[in-house]
Amino acid sequence: MKYSQRTSFLLALSLLIPFALRAQVTSERLLHATDEPQNWLTYSGSYASQRHSLLKQVDPSNVKNLELKWVFQAQSLQKFETTPLVIDGIMYLTQSPNDVIAVDAKTGRAFWVYHYATSPASRPCCGIVNRGLAILGDTLFMATVDAHLIAIDSKDGHAIWNVKLAEASAGYAMTMAPLVVKDKVILGVAGGEFGVRGFISAFEAQSGKQVWKFDTIPDPDQPGHDTWRGGDWEHGGGAVWMTGSYDPELNLTYWGTGNPGPDWNAEQRPGDNLYSDSVLALDPDTGKMKWYFQFTPHDPYDYDSVQVPVLVNSNWNGAPRKLLMWGNRNGFFYVLDRSTGKFLNGKPFVKVNWASGLDANGRPIATPQPAGATTYPGIQGATNWYSPSYSPRTGLFYISAWENYGTIFAGVKADYVAGTRFTGGANMSPVAGAENPTGTRTGPVNTYTEAMGSGAVVAIDPATGDKKWKYEMHDVNTSGILTTESDLLFVGGREGYFQALDARTGTLLWKQNLGGEIIAGPMTYQVDGKQYVTIASGNGLFTFALRE
Amino acid sequence: MKIRCYPFRAIALFAAVCALSLAQGPGVQAQGQDRAPEYYKADIQYGAQIFASQCTACHGTSGDLIPGVNFRAGVFKRVVTDNDLRATITTGVPGTEMRPFTFGASELTGIVSYLRNMNSTDAKNAMIGNAGRGKELFNGVGNCASCHAVNGKGPRVAPDLGDVGAVRTADLLHRKLVDPADNLLPVNRSVRAVTKEGKTINGRRLNEDTYSVQLVDEQEHLVSLTKSDLREFTVLKTTPMPSYKDKFNAQELADIEAYLLSLKGVK
Repeated sequence: MKYSQRTSFLLALSLLIPFALRAQVTSERLLHATDEPQNWLTYSGSYASQRHSLLKQVDPSNVKNLELKWVFQAQSLQKFETTPLVIDGIMYLTQSPNDVIAVDAKTGRAFWVYHYATSPASRPCCGIVNRGLAILGDTLFMATVDAHLIAIDSKDGHAIWNVKLAEASAGYAMTMAPLVVKDKVILGVAGGEFGVRGFISAFEAQSGKQVWKFDTIPDPDQPGHDTWRGGDWEHGGGAVWMTGSYDPELNLTYWGTGNPGPDWNAEQRPGDNLYSDSVLALDPDTGKMKWYFQFTPHDPYDYDSVQVPVLVNSNWNGAPRKLLMWGNRNGFFYVLDRSTGKFLNGKPFVKVNWASGLDANGRPIATPQPAGATTYPGIQGATNWYSPSYSPRTGLFYISAWENYGTIFAGVKADYVAGTRFTGGANMSPVAGAENPTGTRTGPVNTYTEAMGSGAVVAIDPATGDKKWKYEMHDVNTSGILTTESDLLFVGGREGYFQALDARTGTLLWKQNLGGEIIAGPMTYQVDGKQYVTIASGNGLFTFALRE
Repeated sequence: MKIRCYPFRAIALFAAVCALSLAQGPGVQAQGQDRAPEYYKADIQYGAQIFASQCTACHGTSGDLIPGVNFRAGVFKRVVTDNDLRATITTGVPGTEMRPFTFGASELTGIVSYLRNMNSTDAKNAMIGNAGRGKELFNGVGNCASCHAVNGKGPRVAPDLGDVGAVRTADLLHRKLVDPADNLLPVNRSVRAVTKEGKTINGRRLNEDTYSVQLVDEQEHLVSLTKSDLREFTVLKTTPMPSYKDKFNAQELADIEAYLLSLKGVK
């Protein structure tokens, strides 16, 4: 990716004529989102989901001069996992449970708040959270924890339509930012801890009418069903709770799927359990699957493969190739051909002992640990849903990792009861006296310490899968990553620090203690010639820019 | 910079700022007292309609079919305050036929207002609005749709009314229609700003603080202004929304109120 003449022209135009680009967000604009780096038009910044910005006003030489410009305090004590959108100087963010707020991106002052009263029947597994929005035209799209999709007018914050995707009382929920492709809104459902049957579905952006639905767990009439025994598929999981990516040339969307159900007692669901823990390549017009690749067949570890798919066009063995890069919760970094799903390379990026490696087709060579022994990575995985980043300038893939973190897994029989947990595990921490660590730590004291292992930002050379550098953290790292054209890397962490690293070397250049756990992805934008960097921490959304 | 409020001057306003201001903010009567200080005709009539469709099967048209309960006479088993009434309606009475009802705030205000005034209300001859005819008036001769959107369809210079029937009572809607200027929600007031460079910006206020103001301008853009950048900033107390007191007769007002009350938001 180059900083094209078109990009330069558009950026210059936007700075000279602030109101000139206040047009609707067309599907054409979404296709070329990186050409207007002053905006942040999708959850991951672009359809390729590289979370890389062409802005470079803030650079390694001046990043030390970043200062806080404004804070938005969420009216909620739930986890704050949002990545905002910014369109022509207006920021749109979400706060728990399902509020949308439009604010001035320069000052943080609010224009309006849309509040959605969620159903008391909703029961998301892991927090009443929302990660963001999608936009098309003047309409925002939000998925809710009670499994509704709502269209909201971006100008005045009123709902335009509201459709229910599934029953919240059965454990279905939605926490992801939807993906808009052409005239459709595409999204999936969470609920893998409740024995749901996952699916991805598309809706007309204009009307909310459902266009297609793809079941991630095949029924007896669908291919892949033979990887299940009897009726196990009916509660087979395969939830889809993170935003996918899109390749317009191939006209394919890419989606990661979650664990099979029950999570940990694999004995009661023999088979590979397709399409759990997989990446699916779906036609956005029809929902038909072109290919799939399963990362963790017959998963007993809850290694959801819901990570954001990162699309890169690069040379592979000397020839141009459309690549799909994936830092998986199971501890392996993968490179696939995204045209076909062919496995190209894979290598662990943390300590792994559940598999000794991957075979020529990318299938893990399973090495189940004896009862009572520690399996690496542990329940929360080597990474999780936090967005990785790819920098076309450095050619490196960056991921937040949990290192030396393991769990003693023990499956127990689980009976399916609609709307109740269907997980089937009696898992333990390998550290005496420590509880089994949870996905997030909400207090200021790190009581887990060694029980949780440690965190890191790992820079991976995709050509080899080797680590180029590593930035170590004491606590594990739950933050997404942003890189910029000036070779900066922004990342948070559970300790509450917001950090800028040199993307080429991993050297720490700047840090600010924001005082609250960071479990969101950073993003950047520009208004009136000034670049801003934004991150959610604790219950606040913090925005920085260079000191005048 | 001058900051002042002064009467409406037509030339200074863009015609589309019909700040009906019904879509946000407080709209139901205070609930922290035994009885509302006053019950309003529009609420009573709205409540009478709801009562007729939802309550008479058990309570009867006079509200006296349940032993020990006589609404017209003000006799209740356990209700003392208006809040008791609301609670009984929304939670029901366990062990009886009285089930919980999921009424919105404006509907509850209507029912409570009617129950407190059954004795003096001639429900049979109450003015019953027709929501269908009201919708025609809204989109037709009333010209409401030239400023107001409903569920995202229409202009944005005045508030979207898609959920106005859920957040505003019948009485407030009635008063707004007949006397819009005196019933303007402050945040929705029209503002006029002139920058130091001489650019004039007219719009509907959405938010304001000591140093800045947020509005939607005549081009339907969200605009945030820093007050120190302004030469003049004016909040107008008037509204270009016309009064419908003389434009619509009583039946037409009832019709349009019925339509607005039917707008409960996107579910």
